[in-house]
Amino acid sequence: MQSRRYLLRKVLHAIGTLIFVLAFNFVLFRAVGDPVKLLTRSNLRLDPKEQAALREELGIDDPLPVQFVNYVGDTLRGELGLSFTSGRPVSEEIADRIWPTVLLVGSATVLSTVFGILIGIKGAWRRGSAFDTSSLLGSLVLYSMPEGWLGMILLIVFAGSLGWFPTGQMESTDPMTGLAHVGDVLSHLFLPCLTLTLGYLGEYAIIMRSSLLEVMGEDFIQTARAKGVRDRDVRRRHAVPNALLPTFTLVFYSIGFILGGSVIVEAVYSWPGLGRLTFDSIAGNDYPVIQGIFLLFSAAVILCNLLADVLYGYLDPRVKEG
Amino acid sequence: MIQTPRTSDVELGTEAPPPEAPRSPRAIRWARRRRALSGFWRTYRQSRMGMVGLVIMALFILVALAAPLLADKTGLNVSTPPGTPFESPSAQFPLGTDDFGRSVLDLVIYGSRISLLVGFAATAVTMLAGAGVGIVGGYYGGRIDTLMNAFTNWFLVIPWIALAIVLTSILGRSLFNIILVIGLTSWAGTARLVRADTLSVKERPYVERARALGASNWHLVTRHILPNVMPVIFANTVLTVALSILAETTLSLLGLGDPRNVSWGGIINDAFEAGALSAGYWWWLIPPGVCICLVTLAFTMCGYALDEVLNPRIRER
Repeated sequence: MQSRRYLLRKVLHAIGTLIFVLAFNFVLFRAVGDPVKLLTRSNLRLDPKEQAALREELGIDDPLPVQFVNYVGDTLRGELGLSFTSGRPVSEEIADRIWPTVLLVGSATVLSTVFGILIGIKGAWRRGSAFDTSSLLGSLVLYSMPEGWLGMILLIVFAGSLGWFPTGQMESTDPMTGLAHVGDVLSHLFLPCLTLTLGYLGEYAIIMRSSLLEVMGEDFIQTARAKGVRDRDVRRRHAVPNALLPTFTLVFYSIGFILGGSVIVEAVYSWPGLGRLTFDSIAGNDYPVIQGIFLLFSAAVILCNLLADVLYGYLDPRVKEG
Repeated sequence: MIQTPRTSDVELGTEAPPPEAPRSPRAIRWARRRRALSGFWRTYRQSRMGMVGLVIMALFILVALAAPLLADKTGLNVSTPPGTPFESPSAQFPLGTDDFGRSVLDLVIYGSRISLLVGFAATAVTMLAGAGVGIVGGYYGGRIDTLMNAFTNWFLVIPWIALAIVLTSILGRSLFNIILVIGLTSWAGTARLVRADTLSVKERPYVERARALGASNWHLVTRHILPNVMPVIFANTVLTVALSILAETTLSLLGLGDPRNVSWGGIINDAFEAGALSAGYWWWLIPPGVCICLVTLAFTMCGYALDEVLNPRIRER
């Protein structure tokens, strides 16, 4: 019973947040900014007659509550309007770009989590050792680096001067099939993925380190040692599993930040994903696309947070009691 | 280990007052503050990380303040550049020149003013909003708290970058808007932290004592809650400056920076747009990034050191 109520509460909270995001988006673009005026800031030029037709079509002169209901209905049906620059439906524009971003952000998340956790464990277990000090400093430096800039430096060095990797895009211009194609994509993926991985590795290592240090001060670790459990087993069976929890949830909670970092990294490497689309839409004042991406990013992050809450409740039953 | 007492402990008289002739309450107050501050400094000085951070931070603040002495502002005007475009580093231009022929070193020196200004101002907005919402919600509780907490949780979930892009592209690209947007997207974390601390502070016996003596809400919040929540706010403030500078860089790299006030992030963006990547103008690209990295590192190090000094629980580990 307890767990079902916990789950229900979390799902309701996620839905509430989603409604808040929708309302927020509506207020920003419809009530504060006049969409037609915003349109004139973009590259699209309209004469007064076309503007009037557009006002009619968008229903801008309807009362705000009517507009809001229509807007929510449209959004739920996936109708996000037309792109100002290409004239195609925003939903199509976005759908084309999702998978490259999922590939990039997914692989960078997995890699930075795994390496961050390993570095954090090694540092905390030998606190004060040369490895600990240098990895802590390195983590802090990586944490302080703007990802976009790091990406540019890696691009100049490894793609420009050394020429080991392609400078951009997701695949070579001449079509390849099978394994050759996979290898081609991987070599294009390497640098942007490395940039994002390095950008978030530091934070995870620091969190894992401090979380493990906290666990190491607990009584049950001392009990395990007193029982004569070997050092390696104390670490593997008693300390690390308990320290992993906060780190894992942090990873889920920081998906939003990784998505943010991917925007610039994708722009630097011309990676054909959502980040690149965001970058181009900002440059072209393509508001419907910016709006659509805002909704999608928010929904993705809300979903990840919900997953984190559910996972946390599952892994640590104490949470559900509270 | 030297303990830094929370102000209330001192007020309750856990430390013996110096045996001197009676003084005015004001003098006693100041003596107490001086004592707390020197104790705090003694502990802080022991943290090597904190001291290194402080030195780097001081250096950059000094450069920002002395910018007119270190660089010639007329050379930053695109119509009166001192050199020719894309010069690599030389004795005259230690960091080369940009696409207009302006000295990159001078750009970086003046850029420090914008980057630090945005960092501090956005942090001020964050702290005022975050601490305000956190203390009011935590202190009053009930329906106000429920509402404010829900609001905070919503803002915590919305990905900051998406919100910042949406806001800046609607509001327009100016320094003021950037500060506002960074503040608006980062107050929620502070609010949650401050609320949690307020909840624990307001249950302490001395707050109850003060209330029993007839203290008003205003007096309780400003004289008892705020001073005791202050350590949390303070360490968080320093970390927020680092995050704000990084956030400003991100926005500038996206092309959302103020074109008239070029920050370090703005210089990198200019270089990127001018094709520095394919042409290999490393002298234009590397210095501003290194500056951002160093300043962020300095503030982060100071923040961690402060956290250790102000939270004795961590220090004992």
